[in-house]
Amino acid sequence: MSTHGIKLTVNGKPFERTVEGRLTLVDFLRHELGLTGTHVGCEHGVCGACTVLLDGHSARSCLTFAVQADGHDVTTVEGLGGPDGELNVLQQAFRDNHGLQCGFCTPGMLITLTEFLRDNPEPTEAEVREVLTGNLCRCTGYAGIVAAALDAAQKLRAAKR
Amino acid sequence: MGAKQFGARVTRLEDPALLSGRGRFVDDVMLPGTLHACFVRAPHAHARINAVDPSAALALRGVHVAMTSDDLPGPMRTQRIPMMLPVMGNPALRTQHCLARDEVAYAGQAVAVVVADNRYVAEDAAAVVAVDYDVLPAASDARDAVAMAAPAVHSDMASNVAMTVPMSFGDVDAAFARAAHVFEEEIWAHRGGGMAMETRAVLATYEPATDMLTVWSSTQTPHLGRRTLADMFERNLESIRMIAPDVGGGFGPKAPFYPEEAVIPAAAMTLGRPVKWVEDRREHFMCAIQERDQYWKVAVAVDADGRLLGFRGTMLHDTGAFTPWGIVMPYIAAVTVPGPYVMPAYRLETTVALTNKVPTAPVRGAGRPQAVFVMERLMDRIGRELKLDRAEVRRRNMIGPERMPYEIPLVFRDGKPIVYHGGDFPKSQIKAIALSGYDDFGERKAQALAQGRYIGIGIANYVEGTGLGPFEGVTIRVLTNGKVAVATGATNQGQGTRTTLSQIVADQVGCRIEDIVMTIGDTAAISQGVGGFASRQAINAGSSALLAGGTVRKQIMALAARTLGVPEDDIDLNDGTATARGGNKPSITFSDLARLAQGIPGSAFPEGQVAGLEHTTYFSPPQASYCNGTHVVEVEVDPPTGGITLLKYIVAHDSGVVINPLIVDGQVQGGVAHGVGNALLEWMRYDENAQLQTTTFADYLLPTATDVPACEIEHVETPNPLNPLGVKGAGEGGTIPAPAAIVSAIEDALSPFGVHFAEMPLTPERIVAALRAAGAYDDEGT
Repeated sequence: MSTHGIKLTVNGKPFERTVEGRLTLVDFLRHELGLTGTHVGCEHGVCGACTVLLDGHSARSCLTFAVQADGHDVTTVEGLGGPDGELNVLQQAFRDNHGLQCGFCTPGMLITLTEFLRDNPEPTEAEVREVLTGNLCRCTGYAGIVAAALDAAQKLRAAKR
Repeated sequence: MGAKQFGARVTRLEDPALLSGRGRFVDDVMLPGTLHACFVRAPHAHARINAVDPSAALALRGVHVAMTSDDLPGPMRTQRIPMMLPVMGNPALRTQHCLARDEVAYAGQAVAVVVADNRYVAEDAAAVVAVDYDVLPAASDARDAVAMAAPAVHSDMASNVAMTVPMSFGDVDAAFARAAHVFEEEIWAHRGGGMAMETRAVLATYEPATDMLTVWSSTQTPHLGRRTLADMFERNLESIRMIAPDVGGGFGPKAPFYPEEAVIPAAAMTLGRPVKWVEDRREHFMCAIQERDQYWKVAVAVDADGRLLGFRGTMLHDTGAFTPWGIVMPYIAAVTVPGPYVMPAYRLETTVALTNKVPTAPVRGAGRPQAVFVMERLMDRIGRELKLDRAEVRRRNMIGPERMPYEIPLVFRDGKPIVYHGGDFPKSQIKAIALSGYDDFGERKAQALAQGRYIGIGIANYVEGTGLGPFEGVTIRVLTNGKVAVATGATNQGQGTRTTLSQIVADQVGCRIEDIVMTIGDTAAISQGVGGFASRQAINAGSSALLAGGTVRKQIMALAARTLGVPEDDIDLNDGTATARGGNKPSITFSDLARLAQGIPGSAFPEGQVAGLEHTTYFSPPQASYCNGTHVVEVEVDPPTGGITLLKYIVAHDSGVVINPLIVDGQVQGGVAHGVGNALLEWMRYDENAQLQTTTFADYLLPTATDVPACEIEHVETPNPLNPLGVKGAGEGGTIPAPAAIVSAIEDALSPFGVHFAEMPLTPERIVAALRAAGAYDDEGT
């Protein structure tokens, strides 16, 4: 099996590793770096549980090879909160609005919405629902997640003023 | 006392870890030296196994072992997995072997396992294990499977009819003889899956130093799992620890015991290394239990006013190849039909059919969505035929609150007669109707139609037996650091069990909710347990938390009173401190009290003192608790495409006293989403050879954020007299009536075309087909 040296930044920290060509990015994050917050739900790119930011853009880490992240910057759920684990505005909004139940899809939801709210600070409910169609949740029926996204958007706007 | 937690909208204690990537699901548990397993699975729905040759797999670098059934230890080699809820003396009802021996009966059945350095190599190896099969004819459709000439699902059996279950009460024939009207329906409910976002997963390690086999499993029932492992490995219960850490959704399919939960520990013991297996999504489709395929042929007898006189019919239940939980689902479906309505006479014959498909066991709702669909379709039919409003025909037939307790002359699956203790069914419907704007809907519908829009409203009622026994327990122990340890056999797959139980304990014991240290889903923490299914944990574990908490509170009060020299009724417990109300308000912390309760080594206890501030209660309910509710949904149908939009969704719901409205609302909303999937999207498609065609989320559609509206939820709180909290189950009620309400609404929206539906899911292609048959497209030349 061919191996490749890769260098990348994950949550602001540089890493250098040698990996097999076929190793997926999500397995690299989970098994090589121990960042188990990113989850594997379907391994075929539909459920969105494995979503991470690759150079600021959401990407399915189950359909991305680790070698494709060579030279790039990855953000996972572990990189969202404060250094001592404080919840950020979006994470807190999820808690306040019961935006999670089992919590398995949650990291992907948070990453998707992190990108979305950065690019769309004043979203409508319909826009939030549309972007969330890329992430499946079986527990919540989405209402809490949508409410959390709108709540976070409002709080992020207020903080900017 | 501090602010009362019980009944408050408390944000969840589970959330901070799950929101910051610090959850601990099975695949997140990393033990040094762990090897990874992959299963070799049958590609055929029915086949004889002639030989298994793993030599090519064993030749790969990094492969440690390949095991077939002959390599399994003890009873696992030849015996089938013990059946939960067995039906005695019926060999047709059977579970599978851990690894198939001579024959496979569904595509996906495990034949062998390969263990390697990592998952990648294990998959390489599994792919080259050579299995010599003789393909046998497979039974796919249950209606064909029960025919005389059908291929046998198991080659040792003459018939695929596993069991017939007759049940009846009242004089059905007389009811039909005197009926003003008789209406017949053929109704089909299709199978779907639980589809938790976390697939199943097992990690096992054996420690010779302690002779302990530890198994992490993404299960709803670790205590039941440990019992099964003890049987299969012939080990003492005390030498097996089963842990369900964070579990990423359950919905039923994680309740039964699966082959992998025994094979992975067997591999770990064989190799002397930890072994992990994480199911992939394709495996989940092909191996995790499914539910709901039932074919009903029913007739209802009514008087001239639309009041029920009797019901008769047959139901054919497709149980798949094996019956890990016996016949519990068809049984529940069969006894759920009368629901909230006065049913004078009832006769149903249920046939349980084996097919060469994935085994079935309860999925959220467990037979009830089908039964409610049948009854509610009939209610709509009665209304339509007699030109009665759909809400009115239901109201006329409802069991009023003045008739409580009300007995349906059938035995529920808990072995007890079905007795509704309270609940106000008409009130629930009145509230849902009021919230939905049902009364002026006709006007809105006419306005919409004038604009070329087809909107409709649907209504469905249900009654659900929840909170099944036999028991669940809670241990509460005040620790010497002042914190309060709580352990329970209840489990948590997202229901907020930790938060709910903490609310109860904090109020009882008088501590801060943050100071509760909860252990859930670990057989080492409490000796007896059952687990999470049948909407049973708030009732069983919640009541245990209340009762155990009350006892520990008394222990704290007695010790504090003795220590502070004040009467017990002069003491407040608050934030982990006992404080006297009088004098200079002396106080003592729980930490100090816990130390005092341990005594001094060698010294006698003061009179009345018991060891530790600690108590365990196992609450056992006398019977099922029946919750109820009404769903009203408004939809818009796009006739050219058959596309459905849910415009408005109302739930009036009586789950008794609400412990935490945040969590109960979440359960209802999530349950409705599952029901939306069952109503419109989720189609587990098998071909005529019983090969599953839908093995990805691109083929099998789950509801997304644009499919499920935010429900308006109204709680009708009728306290439940069957437990000290007054609660009833809340986890499945959102799902149960949803398909009935949604299909009712679609039919209403399309009433200008006169099309009728009797199936779930109702997909766009079926809607278009019905509209085409009704001539809806004739003007367009299609």
